[in-house]
Amino acid sequence: MSPIPTYFAQVPEAGLKAALQADRPEIISQISASGLKGRGGAGFPTAVKWNFCAAAQAERKFVLCNADEGEPGTFKDRVILMEHADLVFEGMTIAAKAIGAKEGILFLRGEYSYLRGPLEETLARRRVNNLLGRNILGTPLEFDIRIFMGAGAYICGEETALIEALEGFRGEPRNRPPFPVDTGFLGYPSIVNNVETLAWAACIMANGPQWFRSVGTEKSTGRKIFSISGDCAKPGVYEFPMGITVAALLREVGGENAKAVQIGGASGQCVPARDFKRTIAFEDIPTGGSVIVFGPHRDMLDVLENFLEFFVDESCGQCTPCRLGNRKLLEGVQMLQAGTCSMSYLKELCALGQTMQVASKCGLGQASPCAFLSVVDQFREEIMGRTLIHN
Amino acid sequence: MLMTERERMAAEIRTLADKLGHSRTSLIPILLEIKRKYHRIDSYAMQVTGDLLGIHPVEVHSVVSFYAFLGEHPQGRFVIRLCRTISCDMQGKERVRRQLENDLGIRMGETTPDGSFTLEWANCMGMCDQGPALLVNDRLFTAVTPEKVHEILEECRRVFGVHAAESKEVHLV
Repeated sequence: MSPIPTYFAQVPEAGLKAALQADRPEIISQISASGLKGRGGAGFPTAVKWNFCAAAQAERKFVLCNADEGEPGTFKDRVILMEHADLVFEGMTIAAKAIGAKEGILFLRGEYSYLRGPLEETLARRRVNNLLGRNILGTPLEFDIRIFMGAGAYICGEETALIEALEGFRGEPRNRPPFPVDTGFLGYPSIVNNVETLAWAACIMANGPQWFRSVGTEKSTGRKIFSISGDCAKPGVYEFPMGITVAALLREVGGENAKAVQIGGASGQCVPARDFKRTIAFEDIPTGGSVIVFGPHRDMLDVLENFLEFFVDESCGQCTPCRLGNRKLLEGVQMLQAGTCSMSYLKELCALGQTMQVASKCGLGQASPCAFLSVVDQFREEIMGRTLIHN
Repeated sequence: MLMTERERMAAEIRTLADKLGHSRTSLIPILLEIKRKYHRIDSYAMQVTGDLLGIHPVEVHSVVSFYAFLGEHPQGRFVIRLCRTISCDMQGKERVRRQLENDLGIRMGETTPDGSFTLEWANCMGMCDQGPALLVNDRLFTAVTPEKVHEILEECRRVFGVHAAESKEVHLV
C-alpha cells in the first residue's frame, strides 16, 4: 500500500470553517499569498483562475474537479481520492464560496469506476453533516457536488475537452480563449482544478498561506504529491517539497542507479543521470507528479515507442500536427530500432517535433514530442546505428 | 434483434433518460449504462437515444465512436482491459498478454465466440506502482503474473455460470 502523505493531515473541515468566516476576496487573497499553482502539471496560479471566475457575472457558475488522471505514471489523485476524499470536497466547497458557485462536478475517469461507490458515500455523509447542500454549517452558502464518469479518453484531462465530455460531446479540446473561467460548462463561468490543487487549497485555508510557502522555492511554493514508479526499490505515492533535486528524490525511493528519469509522464521530459542535480519545480522541470525511473538496462527506444503508441492512440484527431505528427514520430522510433534511420531524417523528425510543439491546438500535441526530443538529444549514442542483433 | 427485444431495449433507454435527464449532458451517462447492460451500443440504441435527447443519431454515433469505454461493437460479458503503458510494460505486461491470449484462444481486441470474454488494451490506468494491472469490468487486479491469469479467468467463469440463466448484468463480487 502506498504511504499516506503525512502533511495532508489536518483538523477535518478546518479549512472550510475558516473560509466560511471569510469573504470572497479574503479567500482568494489567502490562496494568492500561498503561491499555490495548479498541481495537475500546468502550474497556472490557482488564485488567478479563481479570481477571473469570481469576477465574471453569471446566473450559474461551476466548480469542476478534474479527476481524469490519465498521464502515464500518475496515480496520486487515485490515492488522494481514496484516502482524503473529504479534503478534496472541502476544497471544492471553498472554491465554490470563492467564486460564487452552487454546483460542483467531480469528473472521475472511467478506469476509476471502483472509486465511485465510496465517493458517493462520502458525498452522502457530507450532505447529512450539513457540509453540502443548503445553508452549509449555518451560513448562507449553498453548494452540492455530483460525480460524472468519464468514458475512457486521456484527452479529457484537458480542461476544455473535459467540459465537452460533460456536455455530451466528443472530448475534443476547444480553442482558447475564451477560457472556461468565463465560458465554461454550458457556457457558464467554470473553474477546472486538479484533485490535489483543491486538497491543498483546503489545507491552506486551515493553516494559512505562510505555512504553505515555508517550503518550496520562490516560484514553486509548498509541497507536492508524487507518483513514483519504474525501476526503484520503493515505488508509490510520496510527498516532497517543490524544488527537490532529482538525485534527492531518487535516494528516497531507492532508485540511485537509474540511468534516466521521466518526469511529468509521457508528455514530460526525460532527464539523464548527468542532470540529476536539476530540481523539480515549475521554473526548472515542471511536473504533475509523475516520476518514472529507468534502470541501467532499459532501452530508451522501447520507452519512446511505448509513449508514442500511447499518443497515437489518445490523440483526439482534431488537428493535423498531433494526429499525423505522432504517427510519424512513432515510425521514426521504429526505424531507429531497426537501424534504418539516417541522421538527416532524424533531424527532419526533430523539426517535425518542434512544429508539433507550436502548431498543435492543445497540450497533448504540444507536449507529446517532448520525450522524443529529449531522448534524441540526450541519448544519441544509444539510439543511433542500431543493428538487428541489438534488438 | 427480435421486435420484442427492441421494444424492451427502447423502454429501458427511456427509463434511463427519465432517471438521468433528457438533455445532451446526460448523453454519456446514458450510453455508459446501455453499454454496461447490453455490452454494445448498436445503431438502434443510438437512434432511440438520439430521439429521446432531441439530437441526430449521427451525433450519438460521433460520441460512441470516440470513447474507449463506449463503442458500437459487441463485447463479452467480461471485458478484460490490460494496461499497456510504460510502468506496466516494464513490469512484464507482455507475458500477461500472452497468457491471456493463450488461455482464451483469442487475440487482443477480440471476443470469445461464446460472448463471455473480450480482451482489450488500456492506456495507463493509474496502478503504475503495482503493475502489471488489469481491469475485469469494474474490478481491479494488480501485480498480475502469467500464472495468476488462469485464476482470474476461472473466477469470472464461476460468476458467469451462476448467473448464466439470467440476462441481467453480471458483476464480479
